[in-house]
Amino acid sequence: MSELALNARAWPRRHPLPFLGVAVVAWLALYRALGPLSEALVGWLPLERDSHLGSAVQFFLYDTPKVLLLLAGVVFVMGMVNSYFTPERTRSLLAGRAEGVGNVMAASLGVVTPFCSCSAVPLFIGFVQAGVPLGITLSFLIAAPMVNEVALALLFALFGWKIALLYMALGLTVAIVAGWVIGRLKMEHHLEDWVRQLRAVRPENEPARLSWADRIDAGLASVREIVGRVWPYILAGIAVGAAIHGYVPADFLAGVMGRDAWWAVPLAVLVGVPMYSNAAGVIPVVEALLAKGAALGTVLAFMMSVIALSLPEMIILRKVLKLRLLATFVGVVAAGILLVGYAFNLFLL
Amino acid sequence: MREVKVLGTGCCGNCQTTARLIEEVALARGVEIRLEKVERLEDIAAAGVMRTPGVIVDGRLVHSGGVPRREVVEAWL
Repeated sequence: MSELALNARAWPRRHPLPFLGVAVVAWLALYRALGPLSEALVGWLPLERDSHLGSAVQFFLYDTPKVLLLLAGVVFVMGMVNSYFTPERTRSLLAGRAEGVGNVMAASLGVVTPFCSCSAVPLFIGFVQAGVPLGITLSFLIAAPMVNEVALALLFALFGWKIALLYMALGLTVAIVAGWVIGRLKMEHHLEDWVRQLRAVRPENEPARLSWADRIDAGLASVREIVGRVWPYILAGIAVGAAIHGYVPADFLAGVMGRDAWWAVPLAVLVGVPMYSNAAGVIPVVEALLAKGAALGTVLAFMMSVIALSLPEMIILRKVLKLRLLATFVGVVAAGILLVGYAFNLFLL
Repeated sequence: MREVKVLGTGCCGNCQTTARLIEEVALARGVEIRLEKVERLEDIAAAGVMRTPGVIVDGRLVHSGGVPRREVVEAWL
């Protein structure tokens, strides 16, 4: 790498706080410029702005950088927040907690602790080994993938902060209540035997002594990793969304997924189960569905189901949970999601 | 000869990337290593790894979670 490039890379490390300041300003400036920029771009292209194609293209050109920018912003901030909450620290915070409070803590920590779905099972086992009660561990396990920064960033980008906040609140509620209910059912015996026979581990609380520069590194690494992994899905999702925007007549879906179709919510949850997608893939499609008349509750239930109740995850969980516990887990979470879906449809709008 | 174990179920590709990175660095530095991939959940859990990929060098857990930076791998070898 050239001398200049190497120096440029080291700049955030040497001057962390100015870097943050400049980054925020640059981000805001870019964000404001997006609307006018996309209109200008469409103006240059040989397209009729109000045609189906023109409409779809403008949507795509505006939404794509907007979503990517918001995603990068949120992921960076969350990456920095995550550096304060390692799984080890979360585990020691939750070990031996009482139910109720423990469930609330676990769900909240699930939002800010870094979580990769591949690590779900090792993490689960690590928690159990250290004496975190089963219900509390499950509250964490439900909240972490469902209420993640990508989902929140995208919801914020596409639907505004109220919807994002509502999703977070409801997701946390489902996690807390489901975890608490399962905890009360006292199903520890339904953990696979080899899990219960593992050596107990004393949870240690390692001091977090990271500098600002380290945390910025963590944020940047997070952006590289997550946005780098997820951008094709976003592009694909927005392209589908753009096509639906431009070409499908409004209210087309109101019959099938609208508020009056009471069976739409359970159906949405069921359809979501065999599908696994990260939030990035599913939300742009969700947006398009909404724009064409699907009810918000139905669509949110679908989204939660896709993320939180995925067949692949259940297959993996089967290795540590006996069938009855797994079925209970799925049942309780599905019930929670159903309630959320119905509540949204009935009480909002 | 250094004993290096990469622990991960292989579902997100980070474990593969980590293993390849370690092999690359070892080759570049001329360090002999014996690389073992641990993919069974039972073994990963028994090692106390909570975030995959995990890396154990000569019996000591040095890393867990995400692909390690090149400089970090170089420091191990």
